[in-house]
Formats: sequence, structure tokens, C-alpha cells
Amino acid sequence: MNYFPDEVLEHVFDYVTSHRDRNAVSLVCKSWYRVERCSRQRVFIGNCYSISPERVIQRFPGLKSLTLKGKPHFADFNLVPHEWGGYVSPWIEALAKSRVGLEELKLKRMVVSDDSLELLSYSFPNFKSLVLVSCEGFTTDGLAAIAANCRLLRDLDLQENEIDDHRGQWLNCFPDSCTSLVSLNIACLKGDINLGALERLVARSPNLKSLKLNRAVPLDTLQRILMRTPQLTDLGTGSFVDEPDSEAYFKLKHTISKCRSITSLCGFLEVSPHCLPAVYPLCSNLTSLNLSYAVGLQGSDLMKLIRHCVKLQRLWILDSIGDDGLCVVACTCKDLQELRVFPSLPFEAGPSPVTERGLVAISVGCPKLHSLLYFCQQMTNAALITVAKNCPNFIRFRLCTLDPTKPDADTMQPLDEGFGAIVQSCRRLRRLSMSGLLTDRVFLYIGMYAEQLEMLSVAFAGESDKGMLYVLNGCKKIRKLEIRDSPFGNMALLNDVGKYETMRSLWMSSCEVTLGACKTLARKMPRLNVEIMNENEVEFNLDDAQKVDRMYLYRSLTGKRKDAPDFVWTL
Amino acid sequence: MNFEGELMNLKDTELRLGLPGRDEEQEKRSCSVVKSNKRCRHESSEEEGSSVTEKNNAGDGSDDQDNVPPPAKAQVVGWPPIRSYRKNCVQQQNNKGCQERSDGAEYVKVSMDGAPYLRKIHLRVYNCYPQLLEALQNMFKCTFGEYSEREGYNGSEYAPTYQDKDGDWMLVGDVPWNMFISSCKRLRIMKGSDAKGLGGCL
Repeated sequence: MNYFPDEVLEHVFDYVTSHRDRNAVSLVCKSWYRVERCSRQRVFIGNCYSISPERVIQRFPGLKSLTLKGKPHFADFNLVPHEWGGYVSPWIEALAKSRVGLEELKLKRMVVSDDSLELLSYSFPNFKSLVLVSCEGFTTDGLAAIAANCRLLRDLDLQENEIDDHRGQWLNCFPDSCTSLVSLNIACLKGDINLGALERLVARSPNLKSLKLNRAVPLDTLQRILMRTPQLTDLGTGSFVDEPDSEAYFKLKHTISKCRSITSLCGFLEVSPHCLPAVYPLCSNLTSLNLSYAVGLQGSDLMKLIRHCVKLQRLWILDSIGDDGLCVVACTCKDLQELRVFPSLPFEAGPSPVTERGLVAISVGCPKLHSLLYFCQQMTNAALITVAKNCPNFIRFRLCTLDPTKPDADTMQPLDEGFGAIVQSCRRLRRLSMSGLLTDRVFLYIGMYAEQLEMLSVAFAGESDKGMLYVLNGCKKIRKLEIRDSPFGNMALLNDVGKYETMRSLWMSSCEVTLGACKTLARKMPRLNVEIMNENEVEFNLDDAQKVDRMYLYRSLTGKRKDAPDFVWTL
Repeated sequence: MNFEGELMNLKDTELRLGLPGRDEEQEKRSCSVVKSNKRCRHESSEEEGSSVTEKNNAGDGSDDQDNVPPPAKAQVVGWPPIRSYRKNCVQQQNNKGCQERSDGAEYVKVSMDGAPYLRKIHLRVYNCYPQLLEALQNMFKCTFGEYSEREGYNGSEYAPTYQDKDGDWMLVGDVPWNMFISSCKRLRIMKGSDAKGLGGCL
């Protein structure tokens, strides 16, 4: 029943941009499916093993921008063995063989080789944007290929990757004709940089808006670069160290004060506190500030800086800021929307200076807060209840007590009531991550109230299968569930096997699930890949009663993957 | 402390992903005793990950354990949950910083009258007197009794004392915690009869 010609439909669909909306559009009827798929340019694949590259290319011939995610989230915390998978090469090879005019590629937690980067660099003449987040497997040689061959390169954004730095001259590989750079982020490179090549590159990039340097870039180079880039909006400093009376520092102060467009500041991978005042002139314009790598700054330095940052919307900081510093944030940053407080001394013996007091202050001063990641020494139910009342707009709430099973610091009770208050008050909550002493009760609350919850991270929590059941039965929109070291077992796993096809993935490690149950699940649900990883075992003990160390299951249209290593067994 | 002896106890070096000391409930709450087996487990369980944190702990002065503060809470793989990349960056910088800092993050010796050897603890692990006293009582298997300003530690064989910056021996508990932390140079668990002069009748 379609009264509009395809061109009109296509035009209307142009306004439908989110992946989910476009997916919904494609389900309406065959002709909408057809028009949608031919006009789709941006595709998001949340699990690279859920579908084959060939099928994606076949369905979306107009593909220009592809986002892929590889390893499960807990790989970030060393819970997934090395060599598990997440290789991008089959994708790049398939794309290169096809006639797709790829322009943008964004990869997260994937293994990328230099060969793949090279293939990418000369297969797509319009390639513009490469974003790699938490990836590994490549070296600066691969970057050299990208630099040399991507004539229209606009974005090269490397975030927290493990890159083997060959300390070569890869920056020199940008040809003199390359003047299209808008965004360059090399902060994660560990080695030295050819500073001259960097300066020349920046000098011939009039559209450069975002520049994030690595530790090898000293203060004086930064000053010379900033002279050339008055239009910069997003700056990541490299090393911010010098004598306070040096000429370089003096020049830098002067140059920085002219950079009135900078709204986002990060870096300070090495920093002398006495150099920090150079950035004070920028503070009143900043909407985003990331000092989470600036270990050299004390709470007092941070407080002095933040007092100027009245427009801040996003703040990433280390816990050295302390509760007092968070009070300063609460007083100053009335527009704050996203806060991340990272631990500065994860395995040091001293207690963290951040507790529930800081969080409560933030909740009072920053009612617009919707995204939180908070590492703290302790938490209380009373504090969480207050926070829930003050900030009902949370979309992402991630709390981590440094002792994973720490109870309420005042009452010694579990933190069930506190997190219960959060899910009850924050009706739009999509992501939740909990820690502290937690019983099955918190899961009851989550199942009852967290209607929009899509991702839940559980560690050292719960008492019985009931906990997991509350979540699986109650959270209709849950897509990713990851559980470690919790007493959930076969009964919970097998209660509703169909549920897992409505989810992207389930991770369970160090729980009570046995091999036999996983086999049963795999048998009942052929469109799920159920992967088992056992520690220290290459040959799998065939005893069904044995508990599995790690289970990762995900829906997939491609069946068992062919690149799984020996220690991964797909049932 | 002979760590090699502890290594022979294989069960204690068993690799686990879960919380160490789960079998011993009280150990979880006591933040004092650092069992050497927990350190070994930390080091061997961290090795499987690609982070370099195990090097950091063993790093500066690895042979001299005293230079490296032990984990207050036993280490668990993947906890706290921060990306390896971030963990490595921050710890690298910390190690540089530790060498420059001198904020008194040091150990104090603890002796007990009649015990064959001394122990060492890291004072800043604790937040308050009750935590410290509980830890000491666990460590030396003794009890101190109730503290009161007037009578010291009443009703027990032992009393905790400390030597301050001036070299004087003081009863633990008299001054505010932060003052105690910054002035305490060593601890001594005195037998009741000896402690008489410090706090009153026992």
C-alpha cells in the first residue's frame, strides 16, 4: 500500500537518521525495506560476529560509513583471553572486493593489522575518516599507509589503542598535498614524533578543528602549533612540563590566551602543576574537560582550575580531586551533564579521597547530570537515595566501589535500597553498573523498575538464581548483560532461552553455570553462538557437571565462527 | 618474612578469578593482614592479562618488599574495572611520582612483648582507631579491651602503644586520628603490667 514513488520515500527516509529508527522503517513492508536498504549510508554492527560482511554489503550497497565492535566489553578488564578474536581483516577484505565506496570506518575493541590498514588505505578513494577505539594489533607502519594513501583524509582518531610504535617517520607520509585534516588524535602513541613533520602538517591543515597530541610533544612545540591553529576547538596537550620562568612557558601563556575557540581540553599526560595556570584563560569557554590522565595534579590544583569552568558540561577527572573538589565542581559547573571520576591509585594502599559525600554534592549542584562513572572508596544507601531524588535524569549510571563487596559505609547493610532508588527514580536509565554488597533484592528492583535498561554490568553480587531471573524476566529492553563472580547458575540461564535472541549478548564468568547447561542452551537455540573459554585448558574436560570459567553467548546469523582460537569452544 | 615458605603452600597460590580469601570471611573485612599468598596470587593472576601492572608492584626495589606498599584489599583480576590502557598510563606516572614524593607513606614496625619477631603495617591503610586496633588484634591474636580516656585499655592483658616523633611512648587512642598518623613512628603492644604507667589500672 504505497502511494509515493520511491524517490519521495527516500527523501523522507533521509530525515530518519538513527540506526534504530531506520531498522524499524525497514520492517514496515517490502517496498520500504527495499528503499531503505538502498539509501542507507551508515551502518552500525554491534557485534562483528553477528553477521557476515558479505551480507551487510549485499543489503546496503550504498554503504559509506561502517561502525564495528569486536570483543566483549569485559575484555577491557583482562577477562577475555588474548587472541580471542575480533579481527577486522575479513571485513576490510570483503569491502575492498566489493564496489562499496567506503568513506568512514569506526572500530571498537577489534584486532587490526597493518595489512588491513594498508588495504583500507588504497581500496577506497573517498576514504575520509578512521576512528579506532581500544584496538590493537597494528603499528605506526599501518598509520603510515593511511597517511600516504588517503588523499581526502579528514579524521584520524586513535583513542586508547595499543599501538606498536616503530618510531618511524609515519607523519612524514602525509603528502604535501594533504590539506584536508579536520581531526587528528595521536595521544595514545607511546613513541617519539617527528615534531617538524607535525608542525608542517598542522600548518597546511586550515580546517583542523581537533588536535590531540601525545606525550612526546613538548610545550614549545605546542606553542608553535597553537600559533598556526587559532580556529582549534578541541585540544589535547602532550607534555605540559616546563620551568615556570621559561620563555617557552611565557610564550605559551600568551598564545593560549588567543585561542578563544577552544571548548574542549584534554591531555596533560605529563604535567607540572605550576604550568597549569597557562590554560586558565580557556576555562570559561570550556564545555568539555578531561584531566583523567593528569596524575601530576593534586586536588588543590584541580580545584583552582575548575573554579573558572562555569560552562562545563562534561568532566573526566581523577579521584585526587576528592570530595572537596567535587563540591567545587557542584558549585561551579551548573550545566554539568556527564561526570567520570577515575581512580588515581588503583592498587595503592591509601583510601581514595572520593566517597559518597562528593556524589551527593554533585547531585545537589548539577541537576542536569545524566551520565555518571564514579569510582569511590565507599557508598551509602542514604547517599544514593538522595542522588536519585536530585537527579532523575540519569541515562547512564555506573558506580564502582574500590572494594567490590563493600556494604553501606554507615549501616553496613547491602546497597540494594540505594540502587533500587536509582532505578525507580530514573525512568530513562539505559545503562547501569553496580558494585558493593548486593543481594537478590537489588535485582528485584531492577526487574521491576528499570524498563528502559539496555545494558547491565554485575560483579560479585546476588545470592541465588532469583537475582538473574528478576532481570531476565523484568527488563524487556535488556540487550547486553555481563556478569562476573556471582552465584547465578543453570536454572537462571535456562529459564527462558528465547530471551537471548532478543539480546545482543550475555557474558557470564566465574558463576555457577555448568558445561551441561551451556550445551543444552546451545542445542535449543541454534541461532546463538555459545562460546566457552576455560582457563589453562586447551583440551576441554568433557564432564558436563563442570563449571565453566567463562561463557559468552551472542545471537548470530553466521553460525560458529571460523577464527576461534583453541581455548574457545563453540558449543 | 619468608615468602618462599608461603609459596610451598600450593592451595594458596591457586589461580582464581574470584575474590581471594572468600573462605575466610573475616579476612575480607580486615584490611590489615597482607597474606603473602595473596600477593603471589595477584602477581600470577595478573600475568595472564597483558597489563604491566605486575611489573609495577614488583618494580622499584622488588627484593626489598618494604618499599612497595602491599594491597590493602587483595587484588582481583579485572578490578577495579578500568581499561588496561588507562591503568598502565596512570600507574606508570604514579611510579615516577612515588620516587619524588615524601608524604610519609611509609610502614611502621609493630612489636609485641614476648613475640619472636616484629611485623610491619602501613598506617594509612586505616581510617580510624577501631580499624587499626582490630587489625592489630587479629595480627597478634590478642585483645586490648575497652579504651577510655581515664583508664586506658581496661580489662585485657595487652595495650597498644606507639612511639612518637619525640621518642616518647604514648598510649594509642589519646590524640585525634590524623595527628596520630603523622606522629607515629613505631608501635608496640605492651603487656598489661608494663602498660600500667601509661593508662591506669589494668
